[in-house]
Amino acid sequence: MNLVSSKKTPLTFDTIEPGTGLAAALKKSRADIIGEVAASNLRGRGGAGFPTGTKWNLAAAAHVREGGAKYVVCNADEGEPGTFKDRVLLLEYADLVYEGMTIAARAIGATKGIVYLRGEYVYMRPHLEEVLDRRRKAGQLGTDILGTAGFTFDIEIRMGAGAYVCGEETALIESLEGHRGEPRNRPPFPVNTGFNGQPTVVNNVETLASVAAILSKGAAWFKAFGTENSAGFKLFSVSGDCDEPGVYEFPLGISVGDLLETVGGRNAKAVQIGGASGHCVPASEFGRKLAFEDIATGGSIIVFGLGRDMLHVAKNFMEFFVEESCGQCTPCRAGNAKLLEGIEKLERGACSTAYLQELLALCETMQLASKCGLGQSSPNAFVSIVTYFQDEILGRAASHAG
Amino acid sequence: MLVSQQQKLQDEIHELVGRHGRTRAALMPVLQELQQKYSSVSDFAMQVVADEIGIHPAEVYGVVSFYSFLHHEPRGRFQIRLCQTISCDLAGKPRVARQLENELGIRFGETTADGRFSLEWASCLGMCDQGPALLVNDRVYARVSPEHVHRIIDDCRKVFGAHAAQPAHV
Repeated sequence: MNLVSSKKTPLTFDTIEPGTGLAAALKKSRADIIGEVAASNLRGRGGAGFPTGTKWNLAAAAHVREGGAKYVVCNADEGEPGTFKDRVLLLEYADLVYEGMTIAARAIGATKGIVYLRGEYVYMRPHLEEVLDRRRKAGQLGTDILGTAGFTFDIEIRMGAGAYVCGEETALIESLEGHRGEPRNRPPFPVNTGFNGQPTVVNNVETLASVAAILSKGAAWFKAFGTENSAGFKLFSVSGDCDEPGVYEFPLGISVGDLLETVGGRNAKAVQIGGASGHCVPASEFGRKLAFEDIATGGSIIVFGLGRDMLHVAKNFMEFFVEESCGQCTPCRAGNAKLLEGIEKLERGACSTAYLQELLALCETMQLASKCGLGQSSPNAFVSIVTYFQDEILGRAASHAG
Repeated sequence: MLVSQQQKLQDEIHELVGRHGRTRAALMPVLQELQQKYSSVSDFAMQVVADEIGIHPAEVYGVVSFYSFLHHEPRGRFQIRLCQTISCDLAGKPRVARQLENELGIRFGETTADGRFSLEWASCLGMCDQGPALLVNDRVYARVSPEHVHRIIDDCRKVFGAHAAQPAHV
């Protein structure tokens, strides 16, 4: 029952000497720091893939409202089913993550940083506080950081409390402000109106660690990994029916098949990419690439072996969304519950094709009309399983049920 | 609850809110500390927190009822949360769940009569490569098999017997 490291391959992050990224950043002007990050084509590692340089530019240009400050928030609310790479980064590379936050603060002119750590990861807190203390003592946090006059920045850790939706950046900010984690309308975006109404950059844990690496080794080095539209290396959290589940690093653009080969899952029937909110990819499409231009992902890879019942998989995902929907908007609150009912109908072998078509139409409504990414993406798994495994899910005998 | 207990809790919350800053943004950390200490946040505690921060108690209740790690109803001294999401499910969650119910004599969502154990489902704990996983309060257990369940519960009982106080539900 002991916890073991999930790392299955050496990570490029191992080759980054802590401190070198921040030192390089402090020699640059603010515009040049953002320029370097933009030139690296780094895109958000949480899954949405927004260009990090663009986000920082917007926050740098935004004005602070009276008496306030800009914020850098590290989104450590890693809740997507099948994702655990941030656990490894926070436990083994916390310095790089904090360094990325400090670089971001320098770039946009922020004075306060917050790590929003999911409640399930509370056991990491003592370690993360310890690293913060060490960095304060080493002058890497606090006032006049590393002798740079006027550069003041510190980081505090705030805990989540078991709500998947708080991984959505505006819900995360609501939670920080002491509210229910209900996403806001966007715009205004957090880069203008974020925590306490102030300009706020919210970046994923891995994005921030990547920033430290980019400043240390340069944008050209980073771009040498990956494809033209998907620069860099990425961590993948692999679980399910494979020989070696764990955290792997691959350059973006790797095919699903090549990944499966490495992790010992070559007999898979299907792979869920991007977690519960992602897509289910059948064996016939294992040639597709993991990259922003093909299948964009935050790195969750769940492998399903030949014997798995895909309807059971769809049901598990839908139960998750029914539980985790914040309930604020109708398409998501009612839609997910309706889809779960539909899946139970399929389980009983009592679903007509016409009703299945209606469920798919409901999926489209949810994708279009839900307020945030949760409801917009929760039908994805159901749609792809119905599309690729219709044979398997229609006309079930009663023995399948339950 | 005795008046003296109420007063004690009031003083404690006053100190707690003072430490986290008397603003709305202090609400979550304050509630989390109360939750950790008392295994739930009572009506009375919510009222006092609301008064201290200067918001309506319904706002506090709204927050407590939203988050699955904050509870309005008293929970056991040991909250066992079994991950129910897909990777742990594929790795054998259903049998671990059944054995937890067998050992504790309660179903998911319930608390043992002695107030020691609560059994709950959790969404993905981020231990997908080492499932089935569960949390006992802050502690993670990975690769749990049905035969481990008894030992995990036994560990808790030992802690309880040695130096844990009675759960203080106020």
